[in-house]
Amino acid sequence: MKSPNKQQIQKTIKFKITGDNLFKTLTTIIAASALIILFITGYTLVKGSIPVVQNFGLSFFFGQQWNPVEGGEVFGILPYILGTLATSGIALLIGVPLSLGIAIFLVEMAPRSLRVPISYLVELLAAVPSVIYGLWGLSVFRYWILNYIEIPISTYLGWIPIFSGTPRGLDIFTAGVILAIMIIPTVASISKEVLTAVPNSIREGAYSIGATKWEVIKRWVLSYGRSGIFGAIILGLGRAVGETMAVTMLIGNATGTSAMPKSLFQSGQTLASSIANGFMEATSGSLKLSTYLGIGLTLLIMSLLINVGAHLVMTRVFKVKGGAVE
Amino acid sequence: MTSTQEQNISKPKPDQLQQEIDPTAKMRAINVDVWFGKKQVLKSVNLTVKPNTVTAIIGPSGCGKSTFLRCFNRMHELAPNAKMAGQILLDGKDIYERQIDPVQIRRRVGMVFQKPNPFPTMSIYDNVAAGLKLTGTKKSKLLDEIVRHSLEQATLWDEVKDDLKKSGTSISGGQQQRLCIARAIALQPEVILMDEPCSALDPIATAKIEKLVIELKQEYAVVIVTHNMQQASRISDYTAFMYLGELIEFGETRQIFEKPKNKLTEKYITGEFG
Repeated sequence: MKSPNKQQIQKTIKFKITGDNLFKTLTTIIAASALIILFITGYTLVKGSIPVVQNFGLSFFFGQQWNPVEGGEVFGILPYILGTLATSGIALLIGVPLSLGIAIFLVEMAPRSLRVPISYLVELLAAVPSVIYGLWGLSVFRYWILNYIEIPISTYLGWIPIFSGTPRGLDIFTAGVILAIMIIPTVASISKEVLTAVPNSIREGAYSIGATKWEVIKRWVLSYGRSGIFGAIILGLGRAVGETMAVTMLIGNATGTSAMPKSLFQSGQTLASSIANGFMEATSGSLKLSTYLGIGLTLLIMSLLINVGAHLVMTRVFKVKGGAVE
Repeated sequence: MTSTQEQNISKPKPDQLQQEIDPTAKMRAINVDVWFGKKQVLKSVNLTVKPNTVTAIIGPSGCGKSTFLRCFNRMHELAPNAKMAGQILLDGKDIYERQIDPVQIRRRVGMVFQKPNPFPTMSIYDNVAAGLKLTGTKKSKLLDEIVRHSLEQATLWDEVKDDLKKSGTSISGGQQQRLCIARAIALQPEVILMDEPCSALDPIATAKIEKLVIELKQEYAVVIVTHNMQQASRISDYTAFMYLGELIEFGETRQIFEKPKNKLTEKYITGEFG
């Protein structure tokens, strides 16, 4: 066999290098496109919301009045900001313990034959479109909530301010519970991965000093995985804050001061649902359109703050306190 | 499976006859069989562990020595598909009896693992105190005392006394392994099991652990699995040689290394296979 001469080899090498370079350039462009899209979106939102901020100043963010009638327009979105926080808070309060329970069961308790099908089913929950949850919530789930949770609570605990009012089933609480169901697949499947990544040597060490299964999970497994679990919760929160369709269908869509979340059993509004409800009426160039773009900007900033805040907590608090976490 | 089990129990075992029945034995394994799924990895193994001695288990990789060791504190139960037959006696009582809580057994029979595994989310102090805190010990003065005493026994105190609040994984590998020994000692166990405790360590750290093992037998019975024959001959009083899931020979270390009775043992000791 004739050995390839030097020139040929060099040619191939040269070709390979350019191929790599080409690939590098391509991937860089693709990666940059994510940034560009974010930038364009941000630019549109900032530019579009300038009129509304000029008109109302800070009272756009901290006002409670909402009057879309032309001529006497007032737009204050504080109730929607608080509504977003309230529904997301309920979602975390209910969804996180359930998700952790699922993750712990799958990783620590379930026999292998159950582990795969159940985790598959949990992840399948994430594939159900939001509007389906909304439809189910609207036609079935809200009556369960109304009859079995809201009416009993409001009958006996109605004197507590957050349970006051006449429950209808289309309110902040129902929206929060639907959100809880919707964040379960995200939080549960990431927590499952986090717990699976806890080295077995940690569990063995704990068992060897006489820990029970519950103690091993509580003091070692969860403690080792806490930063990862925190990350899973933040991703769930991100989903809850931005979720639109199901919430719009269930929250009751109050506007203005009546949307201030004073009781769980009262209809409200979130930032996302207010856009979904109103964008159709916003004609191009109107103050209303600017308002919805301003709401969008607020939502984007909230999401960014959550992510940045979470990142800070993860790198600072967990690292400093826990030593070698991860 | 039950039929094999019965067969094994009814069949007289040469090993069992070899080992005198010693009433002072701290632990005894009697006809221990272990399966992982359908694969039998231990075949009616017998062993006696005397108090205040070091018993070494040697043998080539995959001979079941670690599996066997894990039967002594019921750790092997944690592996999925693991099944066991036979008895392990601690002070004459079978630790596998139904009413016995494995948690209690693991407090009396401590364990040190192949790879140092201090708890990374806990401080050095908490690593040692963790077992006691599980038992509900809350008096900080008592904890301080036990932590100090355990670290001293593990010859680690002088090296870490100023860093007790640092993470358990912030120290070197050899120190980590001694921390794990301190963690086991803190519960004041009766037996300490060591599963190749030096295999991940450098020679100097290994020498320290070996010295420590010899000191530990003043107070505890130590069972150590090792693939290092020199180590076994240096530190142990008794040696068991295992091969393919069976105990081939068990006796005083000097006898095993100088006058092995079994041809297979001799071949392994002289390095003909391994």
